[in-house]
Amino acid sequence: MKKHKILMMVGSLLLLLLFAFPLWNITLEAPQYPTPLGMDIYINKFEDMHPHDIKNINLMNHYVGMKYIPETIPEFKIFPVVIAVMVILGVFIGLKANYKWYLIWFILMLVLGIAGMYDFYLWEYNYGHDLDPKAIMKFTNPDGSIMGFQPPLFGSKDILNFKAHSYPRLGAYGMFFGMFLTFIAYLLGKKEAKKVKSN
Amino acid sequence: MFMMGCGNNGNKTQEKAGALGSNAAEKVYVAPGEHDEFYAFLSGGYSGNVTVYGLPSGRMLKEIPVFSQFPTSGYGYSEETKPMLNTSHGFIPWDDSHHPDISQTNGELDGRFIFINGNNTPRIAKIDLSVFETTEIIEIPNSAGNHSSSFVTENTEYVVAGTRFSVPVPQVDMPINEYKGKFKGALSFISVDPEHGHMDLKFQIIMPGFNYDLSHPGRGNSHGWFFFSTYNTEEASTLLEVNASQNDKDFIAAINWKKIEEYVNNGGGKKMPANYAHNVYDESTHNATSTMKKEVLVVDPTEVPGAVYLLPTPKSPHGCDVSPDGEYIIGSGKLSADLTVHSFTNMLKAIEDKKFDGEAYGIPIMNYDDVVAGVVKSGGLGPLHTEFDAKGNAYTTFFISSEVVKWKLGTWEVIDRKPTYYSVGHLMVPGGNSRKPFGKYLIAMNKITKDRYLPTGPELEHSVQLYDISGEKMELLSDFPSHGEPHYAAGCPADLLKPKSKKFYKMEENKHPYAIKAPQDAKVVREGSNVHIYMSTIRSHFTPDNIEGIKVGDNVYFHITNHEQDFDVPHGFAMIGANTSEILVMPGQTKTITWQPKQVGVWPFYCTDFCSALHQEMQGYIRVSPQNSDIKLSWSLDGE
Repeated sequence: MKKHKILMMVGSLLLLLLFAFPLWNITLEAPQYPTPLGMDIYINKFEDMHPHDIKNINLMNHYVGMKYIPETIPEFKIFPVVIAVMVILGVFIGLKANYKWYLIWFILMLVLGIAGMYDFYLWEYNYGHDLDPKAIMKFTNPDGSIMGFQPPLFGSKDILNFKAHSYPRLGAYGMFFGMFLTFIAYLLGKKEAKKVKSN
Repeated sequence: MFMMGCGNNGNKTQEKAGALGSNAAEKVYVAPGEHDEFYAFLSGGYSGNVTVYGLPSGRMLKEIPVFSQFPTSGYGYSEETKPMLNTSHGFIPWDDSHHPDISQTNGELDGRFIFINGNNTPRIAKIDLSVFETTEIIEIPNSAGNHSSSFVTENTEYVVAGTRFSVPVPQVDMPINEYKGKFKGALSFISVDPEHGHMDLKFQIIMPGFNYDLSHPGRGNSHGWFFFSTYNTEEASTLLEVNASQNDKDFIAAINWKKIEEYVNNGGGKKMPANYAHNVYDESTHNATSTMKKEVLVVDPTEVPGAVYLLPTPKSPHGCDVSPDGEYIIGSGKLSADLTVHSFTNMLKAIEDKKFDGEAYGIPIMNYDDVVAGVVKSGGLGPLHTEFDAKGNAYTTFFISSEVVKWKLGTWEVIDRKPTYYSVGHLMVPGGNSRKPFGKYLIAMNKITKDRYLPTGPELEHSVQLYDISGEKMELLSDFPSHGEPHYAAGCPADLLKPKSKKFYKMEENKHPYAIKAPQDAKVVREGSNVHIYMSTIRSHFTPDNIEGIKVGDNVYFHITNHEQDFDVPHGFAMIGANTSEILVMPGQTKTITWQPKQVGVWPFYCTDFCSALHQEMQGYIRVSPQNSDIKLSWSLDGE
């Protein structure tokens, strides 16, 4: 089998890592937590980094009026289906289709990925800003507006006494690498096609 | 005056100059965020507790209630822990705790449990080192003044409880002046379940009516033997100060417990009626249960030939310590200046050659000269206890001359001596009662403090002194106060405890009959005049918080479940006018405290342990109505 076809299939199969490993992680560090609180985000669930972390995040967040992190969200139904479809599609394209389809698959995945990140951002924004008006503690920004507690989309950020870290995990790295491979597959396919033409 | 120890003043100035010239302060400094290298567990003597200290810092890290009620946590006050203090004499919320010993595997400390004796009403307690809490207490029948206790054998097969006072066995109404020959001394062997650590009184050896003072297990070659020092072999019953000090030599009793165990396992011994309490705290139900045991297996030592021998030892020996290799048994005559060191090998040889010097009540007495390995001529006064390092050295405390003396095993030469302030009792080297002592530090536990702190009179907390023993000469590093009257201590490296440490109790494992699994399950249930309040605590509120329909004369049970699942977030609970104490409920735990309201009104309760920024708001009210009132039970749930 041609190298680009293998790359295309391996690339899309790497998305399967998302079913076993977390996509993203948010960790909160503070002096009173010698072991930081953390939450792993999978495509189908939230999970404690250490036992009871989410419970403890909720307990702590209720002081500023943040909602409890829900047990489940609609995305957890959609994401696995999308990923599964994309894997099947990717393998099918690798087996049967012209290299141009690799690019189409790649762009589609990119769009879906960006949409996913945007959705994640919205969720974080809502989580950090939709505060209970009866909250025990109210903080304002220097300009007088009500302080939000949105964790960063990517990177690290100080939120009151906490340092919040938000970074991809193995599942996401698998996905990024897989997408990268499909793009390489496209370039290889294109190069080969040119070669065939010039011959 | 003589007994209180004098003659320190000359040494004292010298010592101070020495300490100033060194970097002692640096050696005891533990930087913020770092842990002490060793954990020391000091018996609290008449406080009935165990206190945990860090070494080398000398900081007190925790007080563990064992035989005492402890309002700080509600131990002995809460419904769950009251049974821990049950005995055949009823509820006894106090004892005199003397000798802690850490469990061992293959003769080395394993960091699982600490055992400690209650001296007054004979008991042995087990403390679980994953939580630093007392989880089991067994009472010892036929025993009184449980002093030569609680030391463990090499694989924690047994914890011993030897009686200091001989008493009639079984107890009987008889003239005290008929003591001699009629009173007996019970040496109890309590088996420890290797898995759970559960204790069971397997057998008692009924010995002659001496006083059994201290004991230590054999190890290495002498594993399978236990050694008990005795005094009052005169069997006097009045003015013991004089009458028990007449014999030039008393004995160390050598007990081949393996032989007796075998005898017992083959159906030997005699079952005898008894009445003693066995109290077990279950970590999943968070409840202690007290069971009265009705029988004990007793063994007459003369029926097991070759199991018990008496080694003559001058004069009223107190300490009875075994070297790490198990070869030497050190007897300190507290009225003598010298230490007598017996050789286990010599003892076996003399037994083989059947060389005896008479017998006492059918128990063979060895020839002093056949068993002695050497004598340490120290020139100190009143030797008491000996511990060891890993380099073949021994360290002995001298009560009357207030000092620690370092000497060499085998050559018996004195290497160094350092004063203590004042009247030292036991000393401890971490792992000192095992095959593997960690010979870096030594602590000396003094009976008197005098001017180590502001010389505020009648009683000060006693003083502990920390010595660096890593070099040829000992170096005094620091003083720190201890709680109660510390007798012995046990110590081990912090690294041995850390992997087993429990940060909180898992909620899903909470099987307390009155636990609620979540705050929304909170409720109040009336059963006649008993009202059960199933209450939840979580930062920073009680559920329920306002309760009405309670009446004067009710028995109110607060069953508090702490729903936190985080490192070190207890919540406290205190009710105005409750005739008990507060309770401190650990994360994932349920505890019950009772209250009998006597006056109508609206009475508050609150959280006693600072839990969050809103801790002060963690409170509630109970409306108490007259006994004949028809106000219905009602309560508020989370602000609804």
